[in-house]
Amino acid sequence: MELYVFDGTLEGLLTAVFDCYQRKSGAVKIVSQENFHPDVFQESFTVVSADEKANRVWAGLRKKLDKDWMLRFYKSFLSENQETFHDLLEFSRYILDNPAGAGENFGNKHVLAISQMAQKVHREKHRMEAFIRFQQTADGIFYAHIEPDFNVLPLISDHFKNRYADQKWIIYDLKRKYGLYFDLEKVEEVVFDFTTEMSPALNALPETLLDPKEELYSLLWKDYFRSTNIPARKNMKLHIRHIPKRYWKYLSEKQA
Amino acid sequence: MFERIREKLEILADAAKYDVSCSSSGSNRKNTNKGLGDSEGSGICHSYTEDGRCVSLLKILLTNHCIYDCAFCVSRKSNDIKRAAFTVEEVVELTMNFYRRNYIEGLFLSSGIFKNADYTMERLVRIVKKLRIEERFNGYIHLKTIPGASEELLKEAGLYADRMSINLEMPTESGLKLLAPEKSHEDVKKPLDFIQKNIVQLKDEKSLIKSAPKFVPAGQSTQMVIGATPETDKEIMHTASNFYKDFSLKRVYYSGYIPISTDTRLPIIGSQPPLIRENRLYQTDWLMRFYGFDVQEILNDAHPNLDADIDPKLSWALRNLDQFPVDVNTADYKMILRVPGIGVGSAKKIVQARKFGRLHQNQLKKIGIAFKKARHFIRYADSPLQLRDFDASHLKGVILSESTSKYLKTPQNQLSLF
Repeated sequence: MELYVFDGTLEGLLTAVFDCYQRKSGAVKIVSQENFHPDVFQESFTVVSADEKANRVWAGLRKKLDKDWMLRFYKSFLSENQETFHDLLEFSRYILDNPAGAGENFGNKHVLAISQMAQKVHREKHRMEAFIRFQQTADGIFYAHIEPDFNVLPLISDHFKNRYADQKWIIYDLKRKYGLYFDLEKVEEVVFDFTTEMSPALNALPETLLDPKEELYSLLWKDYFRSTNIPARKNMKLHIRHIPKRYWKYLSEKQA
Repeated sequence: MFERIREKLEILADAAKYDVSCSSSGSNRKNTNKGLGDSEGSGICHSYTEDGRCVSLLKILLTNHCIYDCAFCVSRKSNDIKRAAFTVEEVVELTMNFYRRNYIEGLFLSSGIFKNADYTMERLVRIVKKLRIEERFNGYIHLKTIPGASEELLKEAGLYADRMSINLEMPTESGLKLLAPEKSHEDVKKPLDFIQKNIVQLKDEKSLIKSAPKFVPAGQSTQMVIGATPETDKEIMHTASNFYKDFSLKRVYYSGYIPISTDTRLPIIGSQPPLIRENRLYQTDWLMRFYGFDVQEILNDAHPNLDADIDPKLSWALRNLDQFPVDVNTADYKMILRVPGIGVGSAKKIVQARKFGRLHQNQLKKIGIAFKKARHFIRYADSPLQLRDFDASHLKGVILSESTSKYLKTPQNQLSLF
């Protein structure tokens, strides 16, 4: 068993696939740099990300997989999960070694693992599309921050760009410390140094930074959320299954 | 100033909440005019209330003043409640500002009937027109069709709404006549039919002329109240099935009656809403729409009501044991879909995966079928040799004892004390 160490990027992972073939490796275990703990008894091979190698692997996969599968591949990569990195490596080798159509073999554990992880990431993407709550700031920008389980910002960018085409907005991922900013033309990645008044410890922006109308609408939203509930049907178990508690922090309607 | 609008929203959201339709999917309104909103593809539930229902649309009445006195309705004329009405501007402002903050997918607008049908419908149309044209709003709009409104108004409404709906209210004509003598199913069928014909006609035009306008792109739906009148499940689902067929409805909603009236024709206040029954009806609805079942197979004269303790698919399987076991490695997709414990997603995966070799137990489990339940009905590569000596009631007992159903195993129709 060879241990491959890669830099955690998609290029790195694809380069690793290329290296497997070039080095004629047998069984391989892959781990990202940040999770690599050197061990005197185990030799390791450090993958050096190379665009050219990565592109060749990507092109090879595209010949064998349809568009949906390529998207699944990318989504499961965004899970940032160590086991999934390994599944992706093995999946790629399996696909490249077999005729087109092998992606349908859900009896293969890597095929199944990738498709299930892609589903999980997709669910998180969908949750963010649902649970993001913008606040309108005094300078007219609609701002929200989030802490998604997976790195889903790249997946939700288009959704918000198409939907909120006539307003400026920022979505900031506090866990991964970067955000998206839409300036009415294009979406850009941004990184902030938070000032004290805009502390990420708060689950929403303080009133001083907000548009004067913001208070009214967040109040009306909370009122609406309460009025549309039917107490005779109360079912907290179902409620929590749909909105797990970890998401409550940033949902304005769940704040007292 | 805050207080008046807050009070209105409270009254008019409260009055609208008994309409259970929440879907925001199936439209194709892209944001092509650099406006606000995009309703392409699947719907989004932005929140869930504590009763576990999805909040997708801002669901409100324009007003809860009503000239009718339907016994089951909270806004009935004779009910002594606070009344309110939004202005056109207020509804538009609320919708735009909620949407901008990503609270909602769009607007669900209904209304009590004030003065007459046309007067009411005309107000509703004015709101959606303003949203679409002046505000360039491309979010989802679900608009109630007011029975009796003129065809010109319905046609105009259809140009701005994504979905339109009219509620059947009661599953049978006789049930409706009992509680709302002024209404009839005919009043519902006429506009459903009119809008359906226009949808078809515009679809034809659209295949010729790309620029033909959209007309109710997400189709029509309806709702029936369950448990207010003594219909059987068979009557309910046969009505639903007919409406799906006759008017190409996208959805039929079943709403368990929540007692809100002391009228002696209705269940008394405090009695438990029929939530399990409602769930079983939805399961049947799904079997009809996605699993290839005909309503007649599930509900017929010999079997006029759904079981409370097991789901309708399992119930059907137990009544048709001669069709099992199904070999997942050879059977038709259609038949795999009929196995209790196998859903659409798993059935598709099974027929794809088996091309690469016969499927074993561990693979089926990983694919995600409910193996404990399904194992009684299937054969697979390494299935144990089994003598088919079980009978339906024994099998039901085994499955129930192993299940972790969210429902109690004996139906309970009692209010809990705590």
